Amino acid sequence: MFVPIFQAVESGIIYAIMALGVYLSFRVLDFPDLTVDGSFVTGAGVAAIAIVNDVPTVIATLLAVVAGFIAGSITGILNTKGKINPLLSGILMMTALYSINLRIMGQPNLALLNEDTIFTQIRSFWSALGIDDVLNGMLTSMGLENTPGTWGVLFVMIIVTGLIKLLTDFYLKTEVGLALRATGDNEKMIRSFSANTDTLKIMGLGLSNALVALSGALYAQYGGFADVGMGIGMIVIGLASVIIGEALIGTKSIMRVTLAVIGGAIVYRIVVTIALRQADFLDTGDMKLITSVLVILALVIPKLISGQKEAKRKRRKRAELQNRLNGEAS
Amino acid sequence: MLDIQEISLTFNEGTPDEKKALQGINLTLNKGDFVTVIGSNGAGKSTLMNVISGSLIPDVGDVFINQNNLTMIPEFKRSKFIGRVFQDPMAGSAPSMTIEENLAMAYARNKKRTLRPGVNKKRRELFQSYLSTLHLGLEDRLTAKVGLLSGGERQALSLLMATFTEPNILLLDEHTAALDPSRAELITKITDEMVEKFHLTTLMVTHNMQQALDLGNRLIMMDKGQIILDVAGEEKAALTVEKLLQEFQRIRGTQMDNDRAILG
Repeated sequence: MFVPIFQAVESGIIYAIMALGVYLSFRVLDFPDLTVDGSFVTGAGVAAIAIVNDVPTVIATLLAVVAGFIAGSITGILNTKGKINPLLSGILMMTALYSINLRIMGQPNLALLNEDTIFTQIRSFWSALGIDDVLNGMLTSMGLENTPGTWGVLFVMIIVTGLIKLLTDFYLKTEVGLALRATGDNEKMIRSFSANTDTLKIMGLGLSNALVALSGALYAQYGGFADVGMGIGMIVIGLASVIIGEALIGTKSIMRVTLAVIGGAIVYRIVVTIALRQADFLDTGDMKLITSVLVILALVIPKLISGQKEAKRKRRKRAELQNRLNGEAS
Repeated sequence: MLDIQEISLTFNEGTPDEKKALQGINLTLNKGDFVTVIGSNGAGKSTLMNVISGSLIPDVGDVFINQNNLTMIPEFKRSKFIGRVFQDPMAGSAPSMTIEENLAMAYARNKKRTLRPGVNKKRRELFQSYLSTLHLGLEDRLTAKVGLLSGGERQALSLLMATFTEPNILLLDEHTAALDPSRAELITKITDEMVEKFHLTTLMVTHNMQQALDLGNRLIMMDKGQIILDVAGEEKAALTVEKLLQEFQRIRGTQMDNDRAILG
């Protein structure tokens, strides 16, 4: 059980970058951006085709980021300049991206199994350090039979995702970042303080989808393939991460929320892994259903709980009043 | 300072709902003028505000600020010169952001927004000194979210945000109308102080005739998209609510049909 959970954490941290992107659009800009389903694949596809054509892995990943930024910006332009409803702008872009992604990859599925990826490079560098032997030795002495192949991916991804989190925190507190947040919070107001909300939205959606594409590029290299269907339901996974994280860790400050989003992404992967392994009747194809159910539960349960609390409070008040009236009567 | 020439604007032209909101408005405000605007519902007061701020583009006519023709300049660019407070206390600030962050956004109004932190130590001290002039204790709550403030506190903050960067023109759109009488009085007092302190050229729409008489050095009355009365200086100082109503009846030949323009 340890190794699957370990892998869930690894992929959770990669997905966390996508979730941070969803947080930027969904929460900061208050823009339910469905481009994500397409731009995740765009990131994966651009990185994969570049790597297959012997572009250095880091550059291939950066190209994916640029492609994601462009995709997000176009959604922003559709919404602000074309005056198309936010949801529809995202759906249009997501649908268009399906064809574009096929064109980018040239085929529905690209394998990277025999290619050098960022992660194979990390593995070979990391194994020379000898840290794996120490950590796995400790696990074996604790009685675990199966140990992870490498800790390198986890460590590097913690650093990468952590850096992105810190950059996001910093950005959202700059003058431009404040205006971006205000655009999602009170658009009329920030326009009366000389901010161009159209530009801010376009840029914000660009940044959001750049992160999503980065996540896609890393996930393709982690999994060893890019597939044109790998982005289906990605927005719901991102939302699940944001909502679960916020419910578990809280929303007190920006720094707290971004941490919550990362935590939510990891928790989500762990929950899905456990569900698929423990419940025999569930199939990998059921994952999207599990995700949707998770999001629904995360949305509904807090409301039910606060509703219960409120009803209880009212019952108590009513009982108090009744007692007082009875006291006066006697 | 502010110069409005021959502004006309018609909504839904050629339909049964056609409404001539503004008909050939001419208005010039000199630097330091504090003009109060009264008129019944639908007189065109808010439309005039929106034309000046740029949220509406007139059919014909021009808006000048400091001799620059701004008629076709989009709202967000114009707001470099214009500070604005809305009627809704919720409209002038961002609820999920803190007091200092809101002030930092207002601080950037006439500057280029950069990738430097919006709030730093120096600015925080500046914000605190401005907030303390409101006497609401907000200077001790810099990191409180604005959504937690009461309507009166939020409107006071909006007013500060609109004024402390000393805009060329301050537009107040019935900014005390949604508050209870004591809060409205407080905001009126702060308005007077701010306009005085920063020597702001101000245009204030109000439904409260007494307020229109108490504040400012000039008063204009609008009806059906036209300016029907424009008094300033001692002539304005001598006006009373009764005289205003009589004046309206004399000019228009009818009673002022407005239950909201109360005598108080």
